[in-house]
Amino acid sequence: MLDFLQQLVSGLALGCIYGLIALGFVLIYKATEVINFAQGDLMMLGGFVAYTYITILGLNYWLGFLFAVLTMGLIGMTIERFVVRPILGYPLFSIIMVTIGLGFLLRSLAGMIWGTDDLKIEAPFSEGVLRIGDLVLAYDKLSVIVVTVILIAVLYLFFNRTRLGTAMRATSENMLAAYYMGIPVKRVVSLVWAISAMVAGVAGVLLAPITFVHSNVGLALGLKAFPAAVLGGFGSIPGALVGGLIIGVVETLAGFYLPQGWKDVAPYIILLLVLLLRPEGLFGALGRKKV
Amino acid sequence: MRFIFKTDYEQDIKLFQHGGAWWSYGLLFAVLAVAPYLIGSYLQSQLVFVFIYAIVGVALMILVGFTGQGSIGHAAFLAIGAYTAAFLQARGYPFEVYFPAAGILTGVVGAIVGIPALRLHGIYLLIATISFAFIVEEVLARWESVTHGNEGMRVRAVEFFGQTVSRDSNSFYFLCLGILVLVIIGTLNLMRSPTGRAFIAIRDSETAAKSMGIDLAKYKVRSFAISAAITGLAGTLYAHKMSFISPEMFTLLLSIEFIMVIIIGGAFGLHGAILGAIFIVMVDPLITMLKDDLPGMVASLSRGFGVGEEGARAVQDRLYAIFSAPGLKGAIYGLIIIMFVLFEPMGLYGRWLKIKLYFQLFPLYKKATFRRQKTYVKSERNR
Repeated sequence: MLDFLQQLVSGLALGCIYGLIALGFVLIYKATEVINFAQGDLMMLGGFVAYTYITILGLNYWLGFLFAVLTMGLIGMTIERFVVRPILGYPLFSIIMVTIGLGFLLRSLAGMIWGTDDLKIEAPFSEGVLRIGDLVLAYDKLSVIVVTVILIAVLYLFFNRTRLGTAMRATSENMLAAYYMGIPVKRVVSLVWAISAMVAGVAGVLLAPITFVHSNVGLALGLKAFPAAVLGGFGSIPGALVGGLIIGVVETLAGFYLPQGWKDVAPYIILLLVLLLRPEGLFGALGRKKV
Repeated sequence: MRFIFKTDYEQDIKLFQHGGAWWSYGLLFAVLAVAPYLIGSYLQSQLVFVFIYAIVGVALMILVGFTGQGSIGHAAFLAIGAYTAAFLQARGYPFEVYFPAAGILTGVVGAIVGIPALRLHGIYLLIATISFAFIVEEVLARWESVTHGNEGMRVRAVEFFGQTVSRDSNSFYFLCLGILVLVIIGTLNLMRSPTGRAFIAIRDSETAAKSMGIDLAKYKVRSFAISAAITGLAGTLYAHKMSFISPEMFTLLLSIEFIMVIIIGGAFGLHGAILGAIFIVMVDPLITMLKDDLPGMVASLSRGFGVGEEGARAVQDRLYAIFSAPGLKGAIYGLIIIMFVLFEPMGLYGRWLKIKLYFQLFPLYKKATFRRQKTYVKSERNR
């Protein structure tokens, strides 16, 4: 029983990581109906940027964290301006291919600039562990859980309660109509990419003590975050967290109880089942197309 | 300028629209027929890879370019074809048996993958095919009694009607070329049949196709099955050409390479698949050339411009360091994809059509002829 609970807790921690990356997918999808296949790589880049500020330039951890997140916001805006905006409105497939290409580019550029060794960022809290009875949870994993929950709550309120959030939802429904209503569509899209890249930056910095910083870390985690985003229903912010938690718990339990190999495919099997039975995800809404 | 004067509906579905095509394709065929005797073994081997990639490109073109369904999982179909061939060959079956068997088995798997496609659109379909590819990769690595897991499988030379065809021989070159030509002719015939028309109708508008009485489910599954079966055939050839297969050869990267083939070539005609295959296969030699020859060339150029010996050497070392950095291939792939989608969305074949039209219409060519329609994004959630 204790084994099970311990696995459950580490599954939840892992799930929050997936949820945090899935949140980036969901934000961009929610506002522009584009899937950013480079989301995992943006997260990786966030880790490297934070490494540069904290370890190479020797800044204080929290200051470095802040600068890294702001830098990621700028990078997100730059990507939107030069890569995404020229093809906004063209078929979905082109945009997806561009983000795949972007992922390739970021991965090899990061490898060329920072090298291919595993790098580590020392966080002030990366040593201790939290004990509840016999259960153990490392502080660095706890930090991921706390930050994920806070970010998701804030972004959920932002999208549903503020004027800007409403403008973003309107943009995703119908860009032309949003434009007629006086919404600055280009600026909204640019802002969404900035927010999404900042979320990726936060994820990258928080994951640095857990997974190390390496140019390939984004690809692996990004591909695991897909099932999470789909499971939650691609356009739903709380769905990203719930989907991430389910995927994380299933993966951990499959790794513990099932034979070797199931751990890696279990998320994808769940994904295919969800797509077969309920393509709109747990929290998604799917209407019918009218001619 | 050539005007094709049509007097009959039959003329619309002719394979060659005018007599000139016989000459140009005949010339191409003659060049390909003598090529292996004239070029070195390295180039011959590259051409074989071009043929194999082109077969996959044609398969993907049927699915993506003609039916409008996405797939980033075609490496999995290639793997199923390759492993079927290796497994049956190890049991002593000849090429004539396992080559069609690989196609049929992969086609059946493709049809099964196509079933979820009936309910999925756009991104969801892409994600489903990616997950399918991951599952196949993992199964290949774990099902050791059949696939030998991560140790991989050796594939012996082709035994074709009692003759041994080694993987580097000219006979293997002609075998691949022959299969490519058959696949192309088959696809052309498919596309001018009612099935092909239905595919194109589905691509252009599902709703319209449905209201014209096209059974979406049937044709989508059929498109997946045909595309997968052709990829499976290519998988057999791939296994023989590599002579060794293991699960890590059929990764997401390979699937993306296949997608690049049709994006770079131009996703609206079979010419695109061939041009894209040539481009992708030639990227590797290009990188080698950049690494080995370019630094020296630039150095001697800068010597010519009067930069001192030391400066030239520094330039050479610097360039060499850049081009031998690990991961250069990924950067080049990324740049190629981004550049093509942004600046040449119709691909190499589109560029060829533009150049051709420019000369045909000489002083009257307008850029706007090929401009893409830009639409404002509307929600996909309401389809």
